[in-house]
Amino acid sequence: MKARVTVFPRPEVLDPQGKAIKGALERLGFTAVSDLRAGKSFDLELTTADRGEAERQLKEMCEKLLANTLVERYEIELPAEGWR
Amino acid sequence: MKCGVVLLPGSNCDHDVYHVLKHTLGQETVFLWHENESVEACDLVVVPGGFSYGDYLRSGALAARSPVLAAVRRHADAGGLVLGICNGFQILCEAGLLPGALLRNRSLRFEHRDVCLRVERDDLAFTRRYRKGQVLSIPIAHMDGNYFGTEAALDELEAAGRVVFRYASPDGGLDDAWNWNGSARAIAGIVNAGGNVLGMMPHPERASDPLLGSTDGLALFEAAVESLKESLEVAR
Repeated sequence: MKARVTVFPRPEVLDPQGKAIKGALERLGFTAVSDLRAGKSFDLELTTADRGEAERQLKEMCEKLLANTLVERYEIELPAEGWR
Repeated sequence: MKCGVVLLPGSNCDHDVYHVLKHTLGQETVFLWHENESVEACDLVVVPGGFSYGDYLRSGALAARSPVLAAVRRHADAGGLVLGICNGFQILCEAGLLPGALLRNRSLRFEHRDVCLRVERDDLAFTRRYRKGQVLSIPIAHMDGNYFGTEAALDELEAAGRVVFRYASPDGGLDDAWNWNGSARAIAGIVNAGGNVLGMMPHPERASDPLLGSTDGLALFEAAVESLKESLEVAR
């Protein structure tokens, strides 16, 4: 089963990278961006076919390693079709 | 009396710390490889600076989950002395041995310079050779040193007197211009509730020889060795 985890800085945490990227977009003429947060994503291939089990495992992975929940929040996606 | 320096893939200040402990202070010192399951009966364990595991995922994140860190945690829980410097501080935070997190520098630059540090605690095993309010000159060299904690957590740290060093001006003032990485409340180093685990971004091992321009960092290692010797005497 394919899964994707995305991790972003929490809203209350300053994101200097996101700010710098937004500034660069503005210099390229993309002035319609009012906010930009830089995060990271992880594509995982899981051996389980059980969605509930997959979600439980992914949540634990995020809490224990993939995200530092003090400063980051995470989202878990389990698309029916998976990603290419 | 034995000292250990944790050696992680990507550590690069391990030999500097080893040099200070072994050759400057003449203490028995060993390296503790990242796969070690124990701290080999060391009394003082230093987690040195560098770029452990290439800073993959987050600075210190992978090192914090390595076998040797489980051993460091047991050592700390038993009251043993632990010092985390720079990447070592990041690792101790990631491991939950110290609160907070070290985010990207406000400047988005790698900040490397001699900085002024104001001593906030002079009663710890690591800081007993300093005076409260004393200003030290010790270098920093990091990309992710911007200390973060929630306001509540920061208040708790302050109330418990767990802020040990702050970035300051040469006369000890706390003007923001001297806060090189944008740390909350200019925090450069903190200690755990037990007073035995210290994490700091500046590098005392790089200020431990007159040849390097400052010996302000040496007193920290001397203090730790001295207090360990005293407690070993008492135990005998």
